[in-house]
Amino acid sequence: MPVDPRIDPAATAPDLIRNFCIIAHIDHGKSTLADRMLQCTGVVDQRQMRAQYLDRMDIERERGITIKSQAVRMPWTVEGEPIALNMIDTPGHVDFTYEVSRSLAACEGAVLLVDAAQGIEAQTLANLYLAMENDLAIIPVLNKIDLPAADPDRYAAELAGLIGCDPEDVLRVSGKTGHGVEALLDRIVRDIPAPVGEEDSPLRAIIFDSVYDTYRGVITYVRVVDGHLNPRDKIVMMSTRATHELLEIGVISPEPTVTKGLGVGEVGYLITGVKDVRQSRVGDTVTHAGAPATTSLGGYRDPKPMVYSGLYPIDGSDYPILRDALDRLKLNDAALLYEPETSVALGFGFRVGFLGLLHLEIVRERLEREYDLALISTSPNVVYRVEMEDGSEYTVTNPSEFPTGKVGIVHEPMVRATVITPSEYIGTVMDLCQQRRGTMDAMDYLSEERVEMRYRLPMAEIVFDFFDMLKSRTRGYASLDYEPQGEQAADLVKVDILLQGEQVDAFSAVVHKDAAYAYGVAMVSKLKELIPRQQFEVPIQAAVGSRIISRETVRAIRKDVLAKCYGGDISRKRKLLEKQKEGKKRMKNIGRVEVPQEAFIAALNTSDDLAAKAEKKK
Amino acid sequence: MREGPAHSASPLGPVTSRAFGVYVHVPFCAVRCGYCDFNTYAPGETEGATREGYVEAALAEIALSRAHMSGDTRQVSTVFFGGGTPTMLDTDALTAMLAAIDGAWGLAPGAEVSTEANPDSVTPESLVRLASAGFTRVSFGMQSAVPHVLATLERTHDPRNVERAVAWARAAGLAVSVDLIYGTPGETLEDWRTSLEAAIALEVDHVSAYALVIEPGTKMGVQLRRGQIEPTDPDTQADMYELADELLGAAGFDWYEVSNWARSAAQACRHNLGYWRGDDWWGIGPGAHSYLGPRPDAPARRWWNVKHPRAYAARLADGRSPEAEHEELTTEQVLVEDVMLRVRLAEGLSVATLSQEGRAQVAPLAADGLIDRDQAACGTVVLTRRGRLLADAVVRAVTP
Repeated sequence: MPVDPRIDPAATAPDLIRNFCIIAHIDHGKSTLADRMLQCTGVVDQRQMRAQYLDRMDIERERGITIKSQAVRMPWTVEGEPIALNMIDTPGHVDFTYEVSRSLAACEGAVLLVDAAQGIEAQTLANLYLAMENDLAIIPVLNKIDLPAADPDRYAAELAGLIGCDPEDVLRVSGKTGHGVEALLDRIVRDIPAPVGEEDSPLRAIIFDSVYDTYRGVITYVRVVDGHLNPRDKIVMMSTRATHELLEIGVISPEPTVTKGLGVGEVGYLITGVKDVRQSRVGDTVTHAGAPATTSLGGYRDPKPMVYSGLYPIDGSDYPILRDALDRLKLNDAALLYEPETSVALGFGFRVGFLGLLHLEIVRERLEREYDLALISTSPNVVYRVEMEDGSEYTVTNPSEFPTGKVGIVHEPMVRATVITPSEYIGTVMDLCQQRRGTMDAMDYLSEERVEMRYRLPMAEIVFDFFDMLKSRTRGYASLDYEPQGEQAADLVKVDILLQGEQVDAFSAVVHKDAAYAYGVAMVSKLKELIPRQQFEVPIQAAVGSRIISRETVRAIRKDVLAKCYGGDISRKRKLLEKQKEGKKRMKNIGRVEVPQEAFIAALNTSDDLAAKAEKKK
Repeated sequence: MREGPAHSASPLGPVTSRAFGVYVHVPFCAVRCGYCDFNTYAPGETEGATREGYVEAALAEIALSRAHMSGDTRQVSTVFFGGGTPTMLDTDALTAMLAAIDGAWGLAPGAEVSTEANPDSVTPESLVRLASAGFTRVSFGMQSAVPHVLATLERTHDPRNVERAVAWARAAGLAVSVDLIYGTPGETLEDWRTSLEAAIALEVDHVSAYALVIEPGTKMGVQLRRGQIEPTDPDTQADMYELADELLGAAGFDWYEVSNWARSAAQACRHNLGYWRGDDWWGIGPGAHSYLGPRPDAPARRWWNVKHPRAYAARLADGRSPEAEHEELTTEQVLVEDVMLRVRLAEGLSVATLSQEGRAQVAPLAADGLIDRDQAACGTVVLTRRGRLLADAVVRAVTP
């Protein structure tokens, strides 16, 4: 489709540009709406259309979530004037708050998209606040108005209350039927301000996404704030001071299209040939090497893992495959951090740092799916800062390495959590938060039936089973969002699990003193069911330091022999023996105790459940 | 109880160092017991599985196997008629088959000839005729002396018939053994004691005591799956084994294999010892297994016949081998089986036959009380009572 020359990339006046993103909860129909916009603007025709064009990865597609944002340029004409719309897709999940903030920083406005049958959810609310703090123009939109269960009047009032507009201003669309989408595009042009920047100043562009492509290397998505990006410029990343030669500049519409450059307010991609997204980091400022800007755009932050877990191949010989797989995933995931770790119970593996539970689950699932690995992961844990009485300090990312001896103060990371719940569950949520050592900051009624509650909670409690409990106690109605917020000193202890006196490193946990006993009893009784009887009695104990807080015993096996072994039994018995020997090879030895790997997997399984449920935050 | 060093010969040694036995499988029973997964047929269970056709076919297989083994000059050391219930056949059929075996290979002087028997299916006369035809030993399926246990096992014999049958057999000059089963659902330790004491009171020469294993394909397997019966706790079975060893030992029986006790070494079942010592045997009859150990020109070979009596008879009527499948054993497999089987014997297993890794496990096993410390010091692995109950674990420890 021929494009009006006034909105040719690299030559579009800023006042003909609108940069926006869509803030929505998972499943509220963002991708469907985005697809419909691509269609309405003629960027994608009917036949090319595959459902949810913007979500590229299989995992994202299956889960209906968007992990990596991308930017699409769409032409739209209002009253005869051509406009270039840049839709910047944002990740919708709690783990990627920082990425969301960088996407927002590249926009002047946001479409707040809410399911007309469900109302706003906690994560959407958190992102809305983020957008409002960034002074973005907000266009409130109710989606799925075609649904029989839609209650647009009710939720329009809720949205109007939140952003301080008139309920009449809330647009009503259906991404599915296309109803109201053109009006929304018009509204974007009308309400979202055009970008403002200094054309003659030194180049400053913000990186809001960075994706590794096997064939092209790293593709960096930028929004030009000041100056002009030209082909074959030499650029420099202001945080790392790394210099790169530009190999290609372009826009996505919706396939990559090479352009002569990018001017003020424009959004596009650049390729420099680097192979690792760490060399082109989200949030960094790009400038010219020759005539660099003096100050960056600000807001850059190193990605910081908040949750750690040990990842081990079930088949020890897969270790090199796991290592190579992590090395490859790292190319596309600046937040992925890992180092080799050896566990007595699980063998050789890695301690891996993640932004959160969903990030963990996505990485794990990609490893299993794309690299055909079978993995065990240890229970996720947060990072503790331990001050010893002698003044030394440790950062603990693995509970089994929690220091022993004279521990002074233990600091644990905290989060600011937002819970949105039907008002009938206020008491339930309060009880839960209190049990999980939370303190309430504020409570606001979104409407008569729905309440927003804000708590400060230890992150470890969230990482444990908070979300499960919240969902089950509110019959699935409550939604949760959280973001890291500092740390607090807490009375935390390490609980070790011992098999016949030998510590099983994979089962150590750092828990609050008051929860130590419950953890010990639960783990010990679970293991009692999982550990097969040995030729000797096996005590299973939970200990805090040298103090035993729980004990169970697996009785010695007394009979392990076939009564008969005659002619016809011999082959059968030899084959059984061969099978048993094979099984024995897969046993892990903790001291003299042989533990089948399945027992470890089953004992660690809560972590799987947790991660799986965290993922279901829909 | 120990015999000469000839029996600790390597399983890879010369053919002539191995005894040769013949097993005859008689696949008929009056009724099928609920726990039985043997290849046997009660009337009405199979069409055309006739006893007449069976004997003819078995005689044909004896002739065929002798031809196969031409050049092997060994005589038959032991013959064992098992089943099923061999005594469901008439005595003439049994003696005819024994005569055929003698005619084919020759019975060695002092050969042991055993038959299993149901206490209900023998008479004083039939036992005398068996003895005069060359049978030396009879093994009665007693199983239990407790009516509710027998009922669960679906054994139809009257416990009092056992006493009578044993007396007839002794009068006929036959050595007598009884088989017992423990761990039947519902059986208590006291029930088991009653059965053991009853067996001891019979003053037999030999007792076998087997833990009941409920196989999936049996009637009991189905009852178990449906929750109609409770499996016996393995610890209770261990208690029962220990009680058996205790009472039988006190009554003058010594264990010579995990599940077998005899009044003297001479009363041990030599045929079954052959299985555990890796000797050669030919199994005649439907579903019977055979084993010929390694020879200079051929690896060890095990094979088994087609299971169904009619298919078996049809093959032989055509002059074809009734073999269904076979396996050839590698040297490693022969050695593993040798350890697996010999370790069950009171005469033990020579430490010298173990691999280096296996030998390294001997001291820890002795320290754990699973094998006899003194015997181990003298170069033989002999299980303790506790070790007998954990024999499979010992085998796993000492095999590669």
